[in-house]
Amino acid sequence: MSRTLSAPVTVAFDYTRSTGPVLGRFLTGLRDGVLVAARTSDGEVVVPPPEYDPVTHAATTDFVEVSPTGTVTSWTWVPEPVAAQPLERPFAFALVLLDGATQPFLHALDVASPADATTGMRVQVRWRPERVGAITDIECFEPAAGGAPPVDRPHSTLDPVTGVVTPVALDYTYAASPEESAFYRGLAEGRIVGQRCPACAKVYVPPRSACPADGTPTTDEVELAHTGTVTTFCIVNVPFLGQRITPPYVSAYVLLDGADIAFLHLILDIPAEEVRMGMRVEAVWKPREEWGTTIENISHFRPTGEPDAAYDTYSQHL
Amino acid sequence: MRDVAVVGFAQRQMQDFDGSPTCVELLVPLFAECYEQTGWSRRDIGFWCSGSSDYLAGRSFSFVQAVDAIGVIPPVNESHVEMDLAWAMYEAWLKIQTGEVDTALVYAFGKSSAGVLRRTLALQLDPYTMTPLWPDTVSLAGLQARAGIDAGLWDETAMAEVAHRSLTDAEKNEYAVRKGGSSVSALLSRPLYADPLRKHDCAPVTDGAAAIVLAAGDRAREVRDRPAWLTGISHHVDPMSMGTRDLTRSPSTARSGAALDLTGVDTAELHAPFSHQELVLRRELGLGDDVRVNPSGGALTSNPMFSAGGIRVGEAARRVWAGESDKALAHATSGPALQQNLVCTLEGQR
Ligand SMILES: [Zn+2]
Repeated sequence: MSRTLSAPVTVAFDYTRSTGPVLGRFLTGLRDGVLVAARTSDGEVVVPPPEYDPVTHAATTDFVEVSPTGTVTSWTWVPEPVAAQPLERPFAFALVLLDGATQPFLHALDVASPADATTGMRVQVRWRPERVGAITDIECFEPAAGGAPPVDRPHSTLDPVTGVVTPVALDYTYAASPEESAFYRGLAEGRIVGQRCPACAKVYVPPRSACPADGTPTTDEVELAHTGTVTTFCIVNVPFLGQRITPPYVSAYVLLDGADIAFLHLILDIPAEEVRMGMRVEAVWKPREEWGTTIENISHFRPTGEPDAAYDTYSQHL
Repeated sequence: MRDVAVVGFAQRQMQDFDGSPTCVELLVPLFAECYEQTGWSRRDIGFWCSGSSDYLAGRSFSFVQAVDAIGVIPPVNESHVEMDLAWAMYEAWLKIQTGEVDTALVYAFGKSSAGVLRRTLALQLDPYTMTPLWPDTVSLAGLQARAGIDAGLWDETAMAEVAHRSLTDAEKNEYAVRKGGSSVSALLSRPLYADPLRKHDCAPVTDGAAAIVLAAGDRAREVRDRPAWLTGISHHVDPMSMGTRDLTRSPSTARSGAALDLTGVDTAELHAPFSHQELVLRRELGLGDDVRVNPSGGALTSNPMFSAGGIRVGEAARRVWAGESDKALAHATSGPALQQNLVCTLEGQR
């Protein structure tokens, strides 16, 4: 058995960015089927246009159109494309010197095998039929056919592009630490497992790899009570993406009896406005057949009905 | 300027770290090694600085959790860079130069194996014109390798020679992920992967962590008879875009090297995650054939993200401590195709 528990996780976010006058002009051009370059003070014609001149550092203002046809100056084979690359089958990335430009431009090159790619080969843009004003409006480059590559929309009179949305989604195999793994394995057996720091005797739950107070590895396992005290809490009134309970509800720090650090869980079975600091609560477990190696085995905490704990009993754990 | 030396170094490099991305459990023994080397406790450390990136393993604020490995009672003086260990070391060196502290422990960690490393690193690129194409690290290096081949600056044999020498030297490195078992002809007979690169031209995906201890003046002399004095440190950056730089060159490395006195350098630890990049770096730094390059095996044999550049500093320091080198050069890189480069010199005599 692996020392740690792991699970797949995807982290995704759509980045929304404003484009500014230079990149906006370039991306507007792509949407309209035109490649916009900038002429810099050292006489170079650069695409995509840099926002500031590399020598004078002045804002770029001198724009020129360059050809959608050009010459490969370097290329590399992509035998195992990764998610969201321009082509899903093996392809090449290439630096292409567009006719009229003096510096090459990075994009994908669609050829069947590395034998079909050469430095110096003539290539042309393959435009995407539906364009939005993004670098991906160029689907890729392909070997040049002679003449201008077809573009099915002439210069438009639409508004200039002022923003782009770049979706980013990354897939990971997420691992818990060995100590966290012990915690989750304990939950699968209906136990709440913490660890005691051998140096300062503090008990952490979930256990951590080292005591944050003194840096000592926490090695001694301790089993904790399923009862505890609410140290602090908040009433969630705001709806958000992915929310599982209808607001208002209470998210609270519960200091389990015997622990020195509180952990976050839900307080249910009581009106939100009645939850208070010092309230005694107990874990409510889901039916055993629903248990896994997850904190969700504990459905929530509910009041035990005991008198509230004295402030002194938890004041050091806020 | 204050005299500052590297006086401690500990590392772990592995193919797949079976633990969480905060790497706390990896860092605890590394710090213990640093305390043992210096005879200090955590209370002797004036400043802490770490290098890492949350994107690597998809866990937010992992650098905050990593602080568990330090222990923060009493509170510590701490900072973080979203860069390699070598840049964290630069921040610590600056902190010591201010006179505010005399000692620093810098560390870095990263679990590259948690995601698809070559894809994740596309987030370092220009978000408008590059990242949406997801040009992976290997592809960008491949474009650079071919540019040099086409220009006649190196060929596949020269690249294989770098790989062969690295794999051979890595046999003596207990941490190297890849080592040994090669000859130039055997390497050249292996299939191309990301044409013009073969797999051995690309550093293996590596998990790991490393820590370096810096100390000023007498604090350094307390620890070692022969501290590795940081006699020069310089870093520069080239444009991010691939089109506006000559990929066969590394102007930022040349400029960093030119800012230092490289005469008498006998050993160089170069952070070259791709075989041809070592050839670029040697040329830009003007290293002669008598300079021993990457006796550790270098990043081509294991390249833990955010540690591998700093490990070059640590490996160079170890050789200075041992008297095997009088003046060593260490180099760290970051960004696509050698975009950002840091060079420092370490000397046995101040
Ligand atoms: Zn403790």
